Amino acid sequence: MSEAPTPPAEPPEAGLPTVSGIVYERVGGALVPLAATVLAFLIGGLVVLITGHNPLTAYRAIFNGTGFNWFFPWVSGDERVTAARDLQETLRVATPMILTALAVAFAFKAGLFNIGGQGQYWIGFISALVVGTQIHGLPRPLHVLLGIGAGILGGMFWGGIAGFLRATSGAHEVITTIMLNWIAIFGGQYLFELGGHLQGSNPSLPRSDVIDDSAKLWVFWGHFPGLHVGIFIAVAALVVYSLILNRTTLGFGLRAVGFNPEAARYSGIPVRRSYFLALAIAGGFAGLAGAIDVLGFKYSVDTSDFGSGVAFTGIAVALLGRNKPVGIFFAGLLFAGLQVGTSSRHLDPEIFEPALASDLSTMIQALFIFFVGADVLIIYIWRLRRYLKLRPTPREEPARL
Amino acid sequence: MIELLDRYRNARTVGAVGIALGVLAFWLTLPPFSIRAFGVPIVVGLAGLALGFAALSQGERRLGGFAIAFGFIGGLAGLWAQGVDKATLEDVLTAGLLASTLRFATPLAFAAMGGIFSERSGVVNIGLEGMMLIGAFFAVWGSIWSGTWVVGLLMAMIFGGLLALVHGVFSIHLRADQIVSGFAVNLFALGLTGYLFSALYPEGIPAGDVSRVPNLALNFLDRIPGIGSFLHDVFGGLSLLVWLMFLAVALSYVVLFKTAIGLRIRSVGEHPRAADTVGISVYGMRYGAVVVSGVLAALGGAFLSIGFVGTFSENMTSGRGFIALAAVIFGKWRPGLAFLATLLFGFGFALAIPLQREAGISENLVSTFPYVLTLVAVAGLIGRSIPPAADGRPYIKQ
Repeated sequence: MSEAPTPPAEPPEAGLPTVSGIVYERVGGALVPLAATVLAFLIGGLVVLITGHNPLTAYRAIFNGTGFNWFFPWVSGDERVTAARDLQETLRVATPMILTALAVAFAFKAGLFNIGGQGQYWIGFISALVVGTQIHGLPRPLHVLLGIGAGILGGMFWGGIAGFLRATSGAHEVITTIMLNWIAIFGGQYLFELGGHLQGSNPSLPRSDVIDDSAKLWVFWGHFPGLHVGIFIAVAALVVYSLILNRTTLGFGLRAVGFNPEAARYSGIPVRRSYFLALAIAGGFAGLAGAIDVLGFKYSVDTSDFGSGVAFTGIAVALLGRNKPVGIFFAGLLFAGLQVGTSSRHLDPEIFEPALASDLSTMIQALFIFFVGADVLIIYIWRLRRYLKLRPTPREEPARL
Repeated sequence: MIELLDRYRNARTVGAVGIALGVLAFWLTLPPFSIRAFGVPIVVGLAGLALGFAALSQGERRLGGFAIAFGFIGGLAGLWAQGVDKATLEDVLTAGLLASTLRFATPLAFAAMGGIFSERSGVVNIGLEGMMLIGAFFAVWGSIWSGTWVVGLLMAMIFGGLLALVHGVFSIHLRADQIVSGFAVNLFALGLTGYLFSALYPEGIPAGDVSRVPNLALNFLDRIPGIGSFLHDVFGGLSLLVWLMFLAVALSYVVLFKTAIGLRIRSVGEHPRAADTVGISVYGMRYGAVVVSGVLAALGGAFLSIGFVGTFSENMTSGRGFIALAAVIFGKWRPGLAFLATLLFGFGFALAIPLQREAGISENLVSTFPYVLTLVAVAGLIGRSIPPAADGRPYIKQ
């Protein structure tokens, strides 16, 4: 941890840029997430230890399951083939995580906490699935674009409901988005159950048809299922996210509202329209995640699939990545690695039961969020508290629930 | 368009819309629409009911009352007009429905009372869900380990309180964003309970006998002339925890509004600086209130596991903590009103069972009812529910 700024001898004056202040500004943004990561793994290891396993072997086994060892030049032969396959899976899993993290981060910039990525993801998923299964005979690029567009629109619609409610009635988005999540999950199961409106051609299975080949995303590395081009779409979305926020009037308005809604209102920014747009666009990112998953490798859906919680991981990714594009990218890789490394296909049950490992990774995610949220704690641990004038937490508008 | 809606955001309009929905619930079933779907009048009628309740809670007594009545009658009349045979209706709407409304409202009410304590002291607690889940798990664990449900309840309360303490430390001393901290509490509880459950019970079901909270058989109710058998059907066989819930609601009201401690809790939630000035420990009050909220939420979770189904399953709270939070807001941070709100949401859960069984509506579809109801209710509030002034704001000692 050489990134720790050296504490200055004198406490810096508040408000004046000092050398130490600048050092903290430059590296402090990365310091807290890094320290949080280390702390979370330490406490996670403690839980492993208490339940009678060796944390080091468990962590190493998890790491080898992620496929990140593909980047090591000394890995060769069969091991390299396995690593490549694992890495493809990790990147495939990282894609929706990055995108649902953007759904959280974008709303966050406008001062909103979007827990509804789950519902928005599923509505986007279903919209793209409908395009993929119900429309036939289109050229591949057009069909793919249409599917992705439908996914984005579906997600925007679902996020827009919460945004509309927040804008018109002040209903708090934390509650409305959670309710919309459950409605999307049960509603989705209803559509594909036996006798459901979108159930596939096999009447005895509660699942949809498989999408047309012309709607499938291109696979460029490996096969069955290999890595599809979704990861590039996710990177493009990171760029779009950054451009909207930093280079457009809309983004400026959203950030102003997030920073101080009252001040934004006085300077003529339509605060409530910003709330609506922020949640709608955020929903679009999550909807895109759903569309990429179904067009990229799932190709169909079963009612039992609706339990998956990819978007909840997205929240952790956004918080750990501090809502910054680069941070979200790496946090997405980290969490995807955790998930793939702990899945039953990769983890040797002799070393650590996968059933435990996936819950362990949920716990580690929670610890990340705790520690990232409490930067006061991290700074305290680095004994910087005495030297840095603590900024009080930015005061929000009292939550109008 | 958002600006246009503003003009109509008041309690009278809400009440009027509620009445309109109640009428609509009936009207849709008549020609020319003739909708013959069992769920339609129920959903529309319930929406009217919810709006009526919203209007009522904003002080519009007459219109609100009418809207509730219209919503209820409209929904029923709609069912009747559809020609659903009478026997089915009777099977759906029974005394058992009221009893199961109470059962479904119980975990919500416990958690809502917890939420009121926490938020009245100025700490937003969206971690209720996680605290319920912890309570649900440790109640099962404690009751297996000791063989008695009393220890199960105690364990639930202890670990719920501990988890709440973590939320307290992060949001009071460390001044983390309280919503982020609460979310982390939920995620942590989900991971921890899942981990421990898989580690302790690899078969996926609790090994050993789960001692369940007993039901109180109140047979004397049957002997009351006239309404005796009805009372017996509703209240005669409820779990002890349901009665404890009534007690918790009453106690919450008394403590918060009739005692000095309650005044202190409310004062640190409204104006911590002023409270600090007169010598009230802001941090102490907030820690106390947050821990109480964890204990109460855990009791709600314990009811789900050892009071109701008698086992634990992963993420078994499925959003109930958030519904309880909606009830807190719906009930304007007051125990009595919040309890009424939990009854409304509990009714949504309770109705799902007979609707599926008797009317053959898809289980998945009826499962969305309580969530739709909560959404409508929160949206119908029209921003008139005002939280404690310092809710969600960390306090920095000077």
